[in-house]
Amino acid sequence: MLFYLSLAAVLFAVGLFGVLTRRNTIGILMSLELMFNAANINFVAFNKYVWADGLIGQMFAVFIVVVAAAEAVVGLAIVLLLYRNWQGIDTDHVSVMKW
Amino acid sequence: MNLIPIVAVELQPIFAWIYRWLEGLGLQGTLLTVVVYAGLGVMVFGVLAVLALFLVWWERKIAGHMQQRFGPMRNGWHGWYQTMMDGLKLLQKEDVLVDTRDKVVFFWAPVICFVAAFLAYVVMPFGDGLIVADLNVGILYIMAVTTFTVISLLMAGWGSNNKYALLGGMRSAAQVVSYEVPMVASILTVILFTGSLSMVDIVESQSGLVFNWFVFRLPFGPVAFMIYITAATAEANRTPFDIPEAEQELVAGFNVEYSGMKFAMFFLAEFVNMFTVSAIAVTLFFGGWQGWEFIPSWIWFLGKTFMVVLLLMLFRWTYPRLRVDQLMEFAWKILIPIAFVNLIVAGWMKYAGWYW
Amino acid sequence: MAEPGIVFWILAVVTVASAVMVVTLKNIFHCALALILCLFSVAGIYILLNAEFLAAAQVLIYVGAVAILMIFAIMLTSNLASKAIRQSNEQVMVGTVVSVLFCGGMLALIYLTDKAIVSEETGVAFWRQVRGTLPADNVASLGGYLMTKFMLPFEVVSVLLLAAMIGAIVLARKEKA
Repeated sequence: MLFYLSLAAVLFAVGLFGVLTRRNTIGILMSLELMFNAANINFVAFNKYVWADGLIGQMFAVFIVVVAAAEAVVGLAIVLLLYRNWQGIDTDHVSVMKW
Repeated sequence: MNLIPIVAVELQPIFAWIYRWLEGLGLQGTLLTVVVYAGLGVMVFGVLAVLALFLVWWERKIAGHMQQRFGPMRNGWHGWYQTMMDGLKLLQKEDVLVDTRDKVVFFWAPVICFVAAFLAYVVMPFGDGLIVADLNVGILYIMAVTTFTVISLLMAGWGSNNKYALLGGMRSAAQVVSYEVPMVASILTVILFTGSLSMVDIVESQSGLVFNWFVFRLPFGPVAFMIYITAATAEANRTPFDIPEAEQELVAGFNVEYSGMKFAMFFLAEFVNMFTVSAIAVTLFFGGWQGWEFIPSWIWFLGKTFMVVLLLMLFRWTYPRLRVDQLMEFAWKILIPIAFVNLIVAGWMKYAGWYW
Repeated sequence: MAEPGIVFWILAVVTVASAVMVVTLKNIFHCALALILCLFSVAGIYILLNAEFLAAAQVLIYVGAVAILMIFAIMLTSNLASKAIRQSNEQVMVGTVVSVLFCGGMLALIYLTDKAIVSEETGVAFWRQVRGTLPADNVASLGGYLMTKFMLPFEVVSVLLLAAMIGAIVLARKEKA
């Protein structure tokens, strides 16, 4: 199980790097998906190796997948709106609210 | 997951002999499994490649006869090896490349399309016991792997760096994603009654009389089948839903910049996809390989599948192509509501016990 | 505990390599394709962990819907000609430091926990003892739990999906002139 947990940790760190360094909002959304998947690997690994009864870990992962899909849909709608209003989807452009 | 392929009773001695022979060569454990599955993969690939060649010829003959022509006549009896000649010609052709293409994406798009077309046959029951692997997620697995086709079309559209190709790719993605919803809803109607996603279980739940076939379960069976076959026509990018590659408006859609071998891969994958959706229709709605016992089960499967393929071909040469907005409206305003109402009715009847 | 086999290592390498490609490549379309590869190999890892339904759902939802949606958004928003625009901001150094530190911290935490929390009876870490057994039919039991124990979350998630759909349509709709 340690291997699966380590893989998840590395994947999460890579996603974190993406979220911190991407300028493109779609890139940020993709990195978020990586982090979701890292969490899912943990849930499923714990399900198999620690608490197999009731499939609670897998159930959690299913719900995470659904919520991630909803998040991606709304996120991409916001991206399209940004593009329409600012003609660019880089986070640097969207600094109107900054003071 | 079962790692020893399930085979028919009459084939078991042959498989046992092959196993012994391979073990005699010094293979064992994982390596033996890998070799056996590679062999099965090559077998399935060969059968499907021949089928696809046949389907191309058949489609041209049907098109010809429906338009009061003969179709290909020169090569052999009624042109039976015309497709092989075409294939050889395509293999020899120069691979014309666009300078502005996205090299990696352009190269991998036909490969992914080709592979994705064959992936569904891992869980396809060709006959009684003729299945590579009986996964417990069967039909869901098919739905999952067929989505790679869309990715490959988008890759082809983007990699060609051509506006027609890009338009074709985007149209195709929008179309396939939209028509997947009614398709899944009609498949769910079947799964509601079989209680299992495994393809073998789905076939076996329709055993017995012909009235046990799902398409004859009134009133939701025929409706589900009609929704499925409409959505499947769209999934396989065939007329009247072939706007991704509409020759007259998009020159050829996503594969406009492809030539030679790469084009042949797209072309073959398209026909394999048509066979796939027909085979799924047979498995879900027409009792799969079941029929009278004096004819081998795989002949039943192939025969029924060819009937559904014939239906798709008749669609193609009968109906004109839809416009993009008509296509989307048809999916979202007509097909999806009907599919969901059908699903609800079926669920209600299952709950009330009004079925056989 | 058995060592993970060669399949795990292949999948792990593909996952991490494609994840790194997602966050470093210049061309955002290539990033999306790398994301698809990454999610696909994560699905393979789910199969290794006896979660077949989750693997199929992962491919169906992520590759079939989310990734296609992202590619659509990329095609609708970015200029085809401007492929070489800078994709990362000025925080590359900071980001590297933070994520390497985070990764190291997590790995240290995992191995320290494995060493530290030892059950008194068996002498191994408590999380190395499996409680219960995985059900044989993954799909059927997941469906059963979804309809009994997890009924309320299931309904809430469906409302959430509806809300997300309406929200996306309202946000992305063109304003009437």
